[in-house]
Amino acid sequence: MSAIPADPNVTADSATPRTETNYLNADWSIKSWLLTGDHKRIGILYLVTVSFFFFLGSIAAGLIRYELTAPAGFILESETYNKVFSAHGIIMVFLFLIVAIPAILGNFLLPLMIGARDMAFPRLNLLSWYLFMIGGACIMGGMINGGVDSGWTFYVPYSSMYANSNVTMVLTGIFIAGFSSITTGINFIVTTHKMRAPGMTWFRLPLMVWALYATGVVIILGTPVVAVTLLCIIFERVFHLPIFSAELGGDPVLFQHLFWFYSHPAVYIMILPAFGVQSELIANFARKRVFGYHLIAFSTLAIAGLGFLVWGHHMFISSESMYQGVVFSLISFLVAIPSAIKVFNWTATLYKGNIRLQTPMIYALGFIGLFTIGGLTGLFLGCLGTDVHLTNTYFIVAHFHYVMVGGAVTAFLGGLHYWWPKMTGRLYPESIAKWNAVLVFIGFNLTFFPQFIVGFMGMPRRYHYYYFAPEFQPYHIMSTLGSTVLALSFIIPGLYLTRSLTKGAKASANPWGAHGLEWETSSPPPTSNFLQIPVVLDEVYDFDPVTEHEQDKAAQALEVPSYLSNEAKSIESEKEKR
Amino acid sequence: MAAIASDHGHGHGHDEALHHQFEDMEQQNDSYIVGMWTFLVTEVMFFGALFLIYTLYRSMYQMDFFLAHEALNVQMGMINTFVLLFSSFTVAMSVRYAQLQKKWGVLSMLAITQVCAGAFMVVKYFEYQEKFGHHLYPGPGFGSHPEYLHGATPNFAQLYFGLYFGMTGLHGLHVLIGMIVIGYLMAKWWRNSPMVTKDYIPTELVGLYWHFVDLVWIFLFPLMYLMPKP
Amino acid sequence: MFSNFPATPPQASSFSREHDLIFYALLALTVIFTVMVGIGVIYFVIKYKRGSDADRSRPIYEDARLETAWSVIPLILALIMFYFGTKLFITMRVPPADAQEIFVIGKQWMWHVQHSNGVRENNTLHVPAGKPFKLTMISQDVIHAFYIPAFRAQMHVVPGRYTTMWFTPTQPGKYHLFCSMYCGTQHSEMGGTVVVMEPREWANWIENGGQSQATLTLEQSGERLYKQLACNNCHGAEDNMRAPSLYGIWGKKRTLTGGRSVIADQSYLRESILRPHNKITNGYSNTMPVYDGQINEEDVLKLMAYIKVIGSSVGGPSSSGTDTAAAVLNGTKGTMSPFAANAIQYQNSSMRRVDSTPTTRSGELAVNAIAAQQEAKGN
Repeated sequence: MSAIPADPNVTADSATPRTETNYLNADWSIKSWLLTGDHKRIGILYLVTVSFFFFLGSIAAGLIRYELTAPAGFILESETYNKVFSAHGIIMVFLFLIVAIPAILGNFLLPLMIGARDMAFPRLNLLSWYLFMIGGACIMGGMINGGVDSGWTFYVPYSSMYANSNVTMVLTGIFIAGFSSITTGINFIVTTHKMRAPGMTWFRLPLMVWALYATGVVIILGTPVVAVTLLCIIFERVFHLPIFSAELGGDPVLFQHLFWFYSHPAVYIMILPAFGVQSELIANFARKRVFGYHLIAFSTLAIAGLGFLVWGHHMFISSESMYQGVVFSLISFLVAIPSAIKVFNWTATLYKGNIRLQTPMIYALGFIGLFTIGGLTGLFLGCLGTDVHLTNTYFIVAHFHYVMVGGAVTAFLGGLHYWWPKMTGRLYPESIAKWNAVLVFIGFNLTFFPQFIVGFMGMPRRYHYYYFAPEFQPYHIMSTLGSTVLALSFIIPGLYLTRSLTKGAKASANPWGAHGLEWETSSPPPTSNFLQIPVVLDEVYDFDPVTEHEQDKAAQALEVPSYLSNEAKSIESEKEKR
Repeated sequence: MAAIASDHGHGHGHDEALHHQFEDMEQQNDSYIVGMWTFLVTEVMFFGALFLIYTLYRSMYQMDFFLAHEALNVQMGMINTFVLLFSSFTVAMSVRYAQLQKKWGVLSMLAITQVCAGAFMVVKYFEYQEKFGHHLYPGPGFGSHPEYLHGATPNFAQLYFGLYFGMTGLHGLHVLIGMIVIGYLMAKWWRNSPMVTKDYIPTELVGLYWHFVDLVWIFLFPLMYLMPKP
Repeated sequence: MFSNFPATPPQASSFSREHDLIFYALLALTVIFTVMVGIGVIYFVIKYKRGSDADRSRPIYEDARLETAWSVIPLILALIMFYFGTKLFITMRVPPADAQEIFVIGKQWMWHVQHSNGVRENNTLHVPAGKPFKLTMISQDVIHAFYIPAFRAQMHVVPGRYTTMWFTPTQPGKYHLFCSMYCGTQHSEMGGTVVVMEPREWANWIENGGQSQATLTLEQSGERLYKQLACNNCHGAEDNMRAPSLYGIWGKKRTLTGGRSVIADQSYLRESILRPHNKITNGYSNTMPVYDGQINEEDVLKLMAYIKVIGSSVGGPSSSGTDTAAAVLNGTKGTMSPFAANAIQYQNSSMRRVDSTPTTRSGELAVNAIAAQQEAKGN
């Protein structure tokens, strides 16, 4: 296909590894995993730990949902409830969303996609995982030992002077996990700049790589700021260093500025890689080059840049000046445009494609719908007049769950299914996975759509009781029912994916007939990814829907099932190479 | 790491200093340089946030900050500034010697840098000790000796000293880390490790970091010690 | 929609209608775009599903005109929405000159409201329809947010600085008042009710110190109770067959059956109300019912106060000058919501100091005010 060996002296057939040795079975010892520099193994380590944290965060979410079914609650005390929603937010944001796609899929794919043997700094990459683990352990330790009840936003002076819970330890954990993020970001940037295979020009990069690069930029510019801000709270709690406390002359609103300067771009740390995954899925399963590749690439960078100029839209009613509000609102409306462009371009990609409705594609199509709603409801909140009423309510909760769960988690699941054969060398059961993808879509909408309505009605977020406003109850019951479905639809993939590790059919190098360097090495890849560094000669997403359709027709005429013909085709192309 | 080592070098150069993921020394050095500068960007953002906080509060409480800053010892700050500036020069010289592959030149210049860094920390120690003696550290006991506040409102003076200890403290931490890194680099040179002797880039990277630490102080010194009367 | 299953908040202020118009315009945009994208996706998926015989020749991969169109059209729509949203926001943030000022203090976990004439209330806010009000707010501890969904009005309440919000209520009724900024353990219970009254009704309310009727003095309540319990049926202005008159009885010497005599003091009166058979006045028989267990101690105090008054000035209770402050305090207690019951009582003296410096934005002033307030509290 696209790659030829770089060195003519090496015999061509070494391009396809014949041995069974791959990065998974190269060495079975635990030490070899814990001291690995291999980006693929680090990706797998992240997958295991992040899944664990996602499980914990989901339990907290379930507790919240069941508690809210009754207006006066029935399981938890208010104090415990506050600790539970804080735990949900902190785990999901800092230990799941920020790391899920960049650190799992990004780590695994970036070198494979650009034709490199590894990240530029493998040991730094491993350090990043250890920092994440230490940070995660600190956060967990704080939550078990006293809990934390300040919400994931840690607004001062509540978090600095009034909270009696173990805020210090949790903040220390987030601070450490922040450095894990930074090291990952540095690796992404350097790897993209310097490790591309010969012929892999910037405009031949898969859009996933563009997205990871932009994510790296956001990480290195934003994370240090929040690190220092949280450090200030730690110092205030431990050494009485008065930075944000109003009683000592500090400015509590300054904390919000610094916090959102990171935490708004952090939203893009979560969603930009999801865009990348989405572009890969749409292109592969529509069998067509992504429509407007350049525009998508540029809009990715535009989002990363503009994302740093809109933090004030979290603070329209927080006593920032009216003029600040107007400027931030305007830029927020502008940042919506690149996202809209992406949605239209993905839709247009489907036009004249050769669409295969396999599991990752169902996630990708669901993503388009959910992200459209999530993005557009963002306009309600970026719009000054309506934000005054809607902010701090369940409307905002619903909005960011549409973007974070409907967007990032859906894309993560889609990407996980898509690259699962590459990561593990096994195929997952297609039909159950397909129906489960539909279940995710239904459960998600059932959970979060009612929250838009209850938010518009004025239910503030982070409320434990609402016995004084019983009109909110029907929506909470609906939401809880939906969350049960959603929980089920997260458990099922956990089960069948785990089972596929041993029972799944062996995957070929390119089970999807996809285009991209990661599919040109074996599944799972060898430790050094490519036996020879490939040279890229053709354009990105070089699909041909017309020819493929004709081949399908021909295969049908021969009454050969189409998926077999595809396998046959890839085998043939390998033969051609020899 | 065994797995990696075994995969090392498929048909490309057998340079001992070359890591397996790179094709050649040029790619490796380029990566190091881009990586270092990217890291320095994060450092700029890290200190940038603190400078922003400082700027805001100084503009809010100009007079109190001015009065509180009179408690600082300008002479000591000045000595430290020159010590650090000189150490930047010696680090630059060590990079030059590394380019010329002169082992003893590099080692002597780095040794002088270490001495400068140590001197900086010692001066810092005496400065901190004086402030602690005057109860000028934030906390419940702050300002219990009002004569050292020079008439500044205690709350705002506390804010000033909070920023003073926070910012110079973090800078001091960076100096300490720099000393460790330079020590490590010296050990590598001492043992003629090919990692540093084959190419001057690792030495230059340490130099870059040291210049950055120096640069932060160049901003800290006038902001903290040299305030005009508002 | 349905009365017991609402999907929209009530519209009760001058902002509500404009806000909802913008909201529904945005909702329409959301629906149109989502449906458009949805239909596009479904149509393409069906038409170009693998194996379908659709025409796939000459696919397009970039089209400058198309891409410009779907960048520029959303941009224009976004700017239009930005304009209307900003217009409403500026209206919301600039209070009219004739707005009456109300001060609000937030603290964990209750709201203190002080009207400009000194009437204060906790966790409730009484305002008349049709009149603009400006709320000047500050927090005593952490950040809170004053949120009235029916008014579409919300603003953070920050320690160390004043924030303001304003509104003109339009629709009489009772509405939710929430703290919408997470503020600690009882965050969800830091709220209450906003009562929008008819202007005339409110005028009475504010004049009576926060009561819908004039506050009754202890004597007045006693008089009312005296009639309510029908004491006056027997104990009239003159001694009669059934019972002695109580007019002027306070402090007098009474002769009992059996010849003993007592002074008509508090303990005698209390005993005679609760257990009249113990000490019967000479010449009367035991006909009075026992009130022990029928009325509480507070009622006894009220009756006693009334009896004392008719004792000193014959002809009815005097409308003696009531202590306004006490009345106001009573009034506040009367309207206190259940949330307030748990909360700590607020000091009278400290509140005035903060309210007397209604500066909009001055870190130093506000901080000093808070410091002074805490000092006062400490004393």
